[in-house]
Amino acid sequence: MFHWIHKYGSPKYFYNFSRRLTPWLGGITAVLLAVGLVWGLVIAPPDYQQGDSYRIIFIHVPSAWMSMFVYMIMATSGFIVLVWRMKVAEAMMRASAPLGASFTFLALVTGSLWGKPMWGTYWVWDARLTSELILLFLYLGFIALQSAIEDRRTAARAGAVLALVGVVNIPIIHYSVEWWSTLHQGPTVTKLSAPSITLNMLLPLLDMALAFTIYYFTIVLKRVRCELLDSESGSNWVRELADDKGY
Amino acid sequence: MGRAFTAILVRDLTLALRHRSELGNPLMFFIVVVTLFPLALGPEKDILMRVAPGIIWVAALLAATLSMDSMFRSDFEDGSLEQMLLSPHPPALLVFAKVLAHWLVTGLPLILVSPLLAMLLYLPTEALPTLLATLALGTPVLSMVGAIGVALTVGLPRGGLLLTLLVLPLYVPVLIFSAGAVDNAAASLPVAGQLYFLAALLVLALTLAPLATAAALRISAG
Amino acid sequence: MTLHEFLYMGGYAAFVWPAYGLALVVLVVNLVVPHRRERQTLRQIARQHRRVRRSG
Repeated sequence: MFHWIHKYGSPKYFYNFSRRLTPWLGGITAVLLAVGLVWGLVIAPPDYQQGDSYRIIFIHVPSAWMSMFVYMIMATSGFIVLVWRMKVAEAMMRASAPLGASFTFLALVTGSLWGKPMWGTYWVWDARLTSELILLFLYLGFIALQSAIEDRRTAARAGAVLALVGVVNIPIIHYSVEWWSTLHQGPTVTKLSAPSITLNMLLPLLDMALAFTIYYFTIVLKRVRCELLDSESGSNWVRELADDKGY
Repeated sequence: MGRAFTAILVRDLTLALRHRSELGNPLMFFIVVVTLFPLALGPEKDILMRVAPGIIWVAALLAATLSMDSMFRSDFEDGSLEQMLLSPHPPALLVFAKVLAHWLVTGLPLILVSPLLAMLLYLPTEALPTLLATLALGTPVLSMVGAIGVALTVGLPRGGLLLTLLVLPLYVPVLIFSAGAVDNAAASLPVAGQLYFLAALLVLALTLAPLATAAALRISAG
Repeated sequence: MTLHEFLYMGGYAAFVWPAYGLALVVLVVNLVVPHRRERQTLRQIARQHRRVRRSG
């Protein structure tokens, strides 16, 4: 197993591995997205109560799931950075942040767009949206910290501490916001609950979730390549690669 | 080990007391911010009474965040922070002492002045003990968790603003439960649940935050 | 579902389509940005390397 870690932990090997893998992942993403879009927008029937507006969940829910999933990966990478100081883990962590922030942003805006036809306002302080907003701040803080520290490796270690502190806080924040939300709920239920989910709706949702996940891995591997090129720019394999590919 | 703890505590308190003029700043900020709200919202008792718990707690949060920056900066700048980290004593313990000193100087005064501000905002007197309890439980959490953010940004030129961005999301649970508790108390509803949760947060912060802060300091100053 | 029904989205078109549109923008931007960055970085390193080799 250590041989495996050592192999994939080497920036050069990981770079080439990523290069080979991303076209396949990209292809799978495209297929899953196409299937999901047709399924969700055309084949799935309109909801009894929410009509066609519920179709936003096929973007909103996968985005929200991804926003959490990516943070977990960031925190795990951060742990690896602090304990084993692997450069590939550093790259993975840094590369994931903008993607996580994008998904969080998407979840927030689509949640808002879903909210307007449902309750008449673009913003609702419901538990999930509020938690997502705070998660966005956590991501932005991480990104800001990375750009504020000049030395890459120091920045990565500091970011790792921040990511781990954040990961401890996320369940606490979620619980607090849930509690707060039930406390201040008006007489009408304000939960952004999915319509009573039939298989017709669940399957395209899962497909889109999978599509977003594979998309994340495709893009993060691309970003990791960029990070590795930056951090290893002085090394021979990068120079040779650049001579080959940089024109 | 206890001697090192006490030594740092006494040292930091002495240093803080030497700069007596700066001691008042977080406190003044707290009072001024609370005063701004009636000016912005109007002097009606009903409105102010309703939002008093929230205002007092947000103001406390901001005052804490603003005062946080000084926690490690002067030690960082003159090198004594590095010396502390190099010493044989567990860094988490030294951090605990520093944060405690900081809280005694910045957090405790907020607690002491809060009854005055509660009066200014017409907070019902039944809610006052709960307000004091939430501040007593919550402000140490703010100091402990804030220290992590300070440690991460202490080496940076304009770390203060970044610190705020990093640390405020982490403060949300304290804010929610503290303001919620005081709100409940004002309506004569039970507050035990919220207070227990705050106590749990405090215990978590006291045990884990110094470790994270020490790790962050080692990264920033090491 | 007819094309008209598809575009109309039961009256919710103004909400559904911006949502999907934004998702498309986010996905595309996240694809394009690292792509260009990788090419730019490689180009930059190649240029620097050429300069070093020439002067070396």
